[in-house]
Amino acid sequence: MVDPVASTPIQGGPILEAKGLHAAYGQVRVLHGIDFVVNTGGVTALLGANGAGKTTTLRAICGMVRSTGDLMYDGKRINNMATEAIAAMRVGHVPDGRGTFMELSVEENLRLGGYTRKDSIEPDLERMFAYFPKLKDRFRQQAGTLSGGEQQMLAIARALMIRPRLLLLDEPSFGLAPLIVREIFEIMKQIIATERTSILLVEQNASLALSVADMAYLLETGKIVMSGPAAEIRQDESVRRAYLGY
Amino acid sequence: MEGVLHQIISGIATGSIYASISLALVMIFLATHQINFAQGEMAMFSTYVALTLIQAGVPYWGAFVLTLVFSFIAGMVLQRTLLEPLARAPVLASVGAFLGLLLIFNNIAGWIFTYTLQPFPTPFGAGAPILGGMLSRHELGSTAVTLVVLTAVWAFFRFTKLGLALRGAAYNPVSSRLVGIPVARMLSLGWGLAAAIGAIAGMMVAPIVFLDPNMMAGVLLYAFAGALLGGITSPLGAVVGGVLMGVIENIAGAYIVGTELKLTTALVIIVVVLVFKPSGLFGKTLANRV
Repeated sequence: MVDPVASTPIQGGPILEAKGLHAAYGQVRVLHGIDFVVNTGGVTALLGANGAGKTTTLRAICGMVRSTGDLMYDGKRINNMATEAIAAMRVGHVPDGRGTFMELSVEENLRLGGYTRKDSIEPDLERMFAYFPKLKDRFRQQAGTLSGGEQQMLAIARALMIRPRLLLLDEPSFGLAPLIVREIFEIMKQIIATERTSILLVEQNASLALSVADMAYLLETGKIVMSGPAAEIRQDESVRRAYLGY
Repeated sequence: MEGVLHQIISGIATGSIYASISLALVMIFLATHQINFAQGEMAMFSTYVALTLIQAGVPYWGAFVLTLVFSFIAGMVLQRTLLEPLARAPVLASVGAFLGLLLIFNNIAGWIFTYTLQPFPTPFGAGAPILGGMLSRHELGSTAVTLVVLTAVWAFFRFTKLGLALRGAAYNPVSSRLVGIPVARMLSLGWGLAAAIGAIAGMMVAPIVFLDPNMMAGVLLYAFAGALLGGITSPLGAVVGGVLMGVIENIAGAYIVGTELKLTTALVIIVVVLVFKPSGLFGKTLANRV
């Protein structure tokens, strides 16, 4: 078991495992048989340039894109299951574009996040406000009027409301000012440390992603070209040149 | 002056019936971005079901409830079987399908129940008009029923988890599925609700206009104009627009264009709204950030 960071919670076996995963939009094949693992309690980063297939990978996991090969979640094959059924198995998803319910209030966005929950979600609302105090200030406000950074926070909080066993994050840094991105990642580190949710993080911003991940995979045009502990990937000469820029 | 007041009050009474159909139209539009042109004919058919039950000896309110249940289920079945395949069809195909549905309901009703005008009972009694002779008992009763229904629908959408899920599914189906909402089931539910709301409107308007397969043609036009006037994306707008249309219809019929031409006011309003303020009074302009 890889455990590169001392503060990382103790990890169990894989909660998500992809083996020979293929995915396509109609005739256009995007993923060409990729393998990766998200360990229980671990943070796996999926890195790559635009069009590498990162978002498609997340869409395959949540059943929005047809896939072949094996996607094993908690020991169960979930390829091509209905999206809502996968969500009901406590897979939280922060989609690209943030997926805000623009017309609804911040509160209603969060309540929708807790739709599958049978127990009371009030304590979780309080927990989200502790992570994201800005959301508390805007509790009754229409979510469409929030800034990009606030909407990203809302998207993360909404996905956490499902009490995810696996959290999928699609480019949480996208389109945001560096300062806001840093703020969000600071909060995410806090969440990772306290929630112990297993996370699959997709990012174009490799250095950012590697700062929170313990495992990383590099995706290029639908194939995994490199994988390993985040610390090692960060040291790799070619990755540094191509993705980290130093 | 008293005449104008009379026209306004009785306009609110019929307008509240239009408001129900407007609301049904807007509910479907928000969920699917389609206008259900068959909404009126579905209501008409439901009203025939109610009449059949009443003629078979079922007491009025029993028939009322049974009709709602029937309409709710029929609306869901219709969505599942006919409209789900149309979800991704081009606009013209779905417009064609809805118009087809309108004709089918109209013809089936004519075939089963004939085209003869039939009186439909009112549960509110025939007695003398009230409010200084301005409002018949039926008008007052039907307005009350519609108000109760509209308030109940509003409370359902505003305060219940299921209502919130229905709104979420209508506004953002993709995100809804990601949080575990079965969007397809929500759509059927929405159709069931719209059909039931329409059925109430049908049963409330039938005692005024008499029941025949074409009963809802005019009502649908006023309701559609009301929905556009209030804003096709706003449920509150639909209700306000529907009521306004009832008042406008009465005022125009009594003082401006006369009863023969009053239906054209609906068409004029449709055109004016679409040209000058397509988002209506309360609606939002649908814009996409690019």
